[in-house]
Amino acid sequence: MLDFVQNFPCFSIVSCMFAGIISSALKGKGAKILNLGVLLAVTVMSALTLGYVMDLGESYIYVMGTFSAPWGNELRVGVLEAAMALFFCVIMLLSLMGGQQKLQEEVEEGKQKLYYIMVDLLMSSLLALIYTNDMFTAYVFVEINTISACGLIMIRQWGRTIEAATRYMIMSLLGSGLLLMGLVFLYGLTGHLLMSNIHQGVVHIVEQGEYHIPLMVAIALMCTGLAIKSALFPFHSWLPDAYGYSTVASSAILSSLVSKGYIFLLIKIIYRVIGFDVIQQSKIINVLFVFGLAGMIMGSLSAIKESNIRRMIAFSSVAQIGYIYMGIGLGTEAGMTASVFHVLSHAVTKSMLFIAASGLLQASGDSTDFFDLTGAGFRNKTAGAAFTVGSLSMVGFPMFCGFTSKLLFARAAVDGSWKMLPALIVLAVSTLLNAIYFMKTVIRIYTPLREPAREKRFRKIGIGEQPMNFVALICFILLNVVLGLGAEPLVALLNNGLKMFA
Amino acid sequence: MGGNLLTNYGEAVAMILFGIGCTNLLLQKNLIKKIIGMNIMDTAIYLFLAEKGYIAGRAAPIIVDGIQEAEHYINPIPSGLVLTGIVVSVSVTALMLSLTIRLYQRYHTLDLDEISVMIKKEGK
Repeated sequence: MLDFVQNFPCFSIVSCMFAGIISSALKGKGAKILNLGVLLAVTVMSALTLGYVMDLGESYIYVMGTFSAPWGNELRVGVLEAAMALFFCVIMLLSLMGGQQKLQEEVEEGKQKLYYIMVDLLMSSLLALIYTNDMFTAYVFVEINTISACGLIMIRQWGRTIEAATRYMIMSLLGSGLLLMGLVFLYGLTGHLLMSNIHQGVVHIVEQGEYHIPLMVAIALMCTGLAIKSALFPFHSWLPDAYGYSTVASSAILSSLVSKGYIFLLIKIIYRVIGFDVIQQSKIINVLFVFGLAGMIMGSLSAIKESNIRRMIAFSSVAQIGYIYMGIGLGTEAGMTASVFHVLSHAVTKSMLFIAASGLLQASGDSTDFFDLTGAGFRNKTAGAAFTVGSLSMVGFPMFCGFTSKLLFARAAVDGSWKMLPALIVLAVSTLLNAIYFMKTVIRIYTPLREPAREKRFRKIGIGEQPMNFVALICFILLNVVLGLGAEPLVALLNNGLKMFA
Repeated sequence: MGGNLLTNYGEAVAMILFGIGCTNLLLQKNLIKKIIGMNIMDTAIYLFLAEKGYIAGRAAPIIVDGIQEAEHYINPIPSGLVLTGIVVSVSVTALMLSLTIRLYQRYHTLDLDEISVMIKKEGK
């Protein structure tokens, strides 16, 4: 007999999706309240699921519909999935809260409802990507994710965002085309669509020593597809425009959640579909490692050259995605744990940075000139503090979560293989480059402005003016510190989750 | 190796089409041609799937004359996947076309590079 809690993953996916559908018949205010309600409900349900799975000590399978294993569709829930779902919900709530005021200013009157529809659909597809145990379902939800992310980018209607959305769509469609092709190859090889069944098939093929090349092609296609979609280094050209010009809630959501959903799917493919051993032998993981390293350097270099602060943070995302792929590319359990932890820590930090940067820009007359930010930290105190915390975390200052993830990466890299030296060197160089552009900005926002002529154009923004923004930023800072100081139990949890994951 | 290629010519054609679509999607400047490239790419995958599911000498799994044994029919799952895939690609195409319309109304050209140049000139 099913425990009632076991239904919650399915409920959360379906409720988000229906919220999207129902919202289309509501007025703007109603859609917003419904969205908030559903997100809160999903947060509670994910927390309960997490508690349940931790008690259970193993993952469980939830059969969708009446057909059983090789034919039907199923969800699989373990500690890692539930933790991710909970975390994604919290970040989504905070990002929406922090970006709300900007959203009202930047989005046309009647169109705010559409934004909440997109957010509902995005959340449902993210949850489905986290929980599903079926490859084709994953593909369909990848597409839903792409479409709603495109909607989030172009909700602020001006030339830049439409162009950015077009470029985003082009790269994403290429990515999903490659993913689908890889999936079809795997289906052709194993005759299954459920992840566990594909895995059995793959193990069988590898034991027999047959179809080596098609299997490698399938793995390569899927890895490339997901790497394009999550903006690994050479495929990042769409990213700065998409993150830099859309409304701030969208940037926060896109950088911290959308790309992470794809990375989570990739980790799932590596562990559950293909199997860690096969991936390790395949050398494809080394390619991911090299591109991850390249991304860590190139992303930071581009960020240094950038003078528009939001685009700078966007380029920093490229570097951070590089870190994650580097961890995956190490091909060890420790590397994977570090990557998963970095998914969390980057999500917390990057969404906070985007929201804080938008607050700073607001206090500087929304100008894109870097020098107009002078003294912005005094004009908008919460945003300044949050930006400083985010920067320190990105640079790897102890006490914040960025430090823990860097420590985990470094520890994972020291395993004696040939990857150790390049990983450690690039980690150090990239940290240094991070420090250059983040500290440059922090110093700039805390340099007192001595030109009265300029000062007149700017205005002070108090806490009372944007209470929601204030609360969101404080929550982000707290979350960051909690992740940084209380990392040990979390890492243990993730380790446990990864063991259950396979 | 070469022999396999000849017997599986359907799959080979699908892969060639996939390559053509992929290159068009990436390298064409004209947005409409990009969208056409994307459609070729998707359709190539559906051709590949259909080839995978087809078994020579068998019929589509629609029961009309009371034959219920599985060995008379082809594998229906790839066909199901193709249907789902078509739905996805239709919606994506619609979205891309609507984006193209927006861009054309603003900039009166379909050339994505030209549009980028114009946007840079606009400043802001």
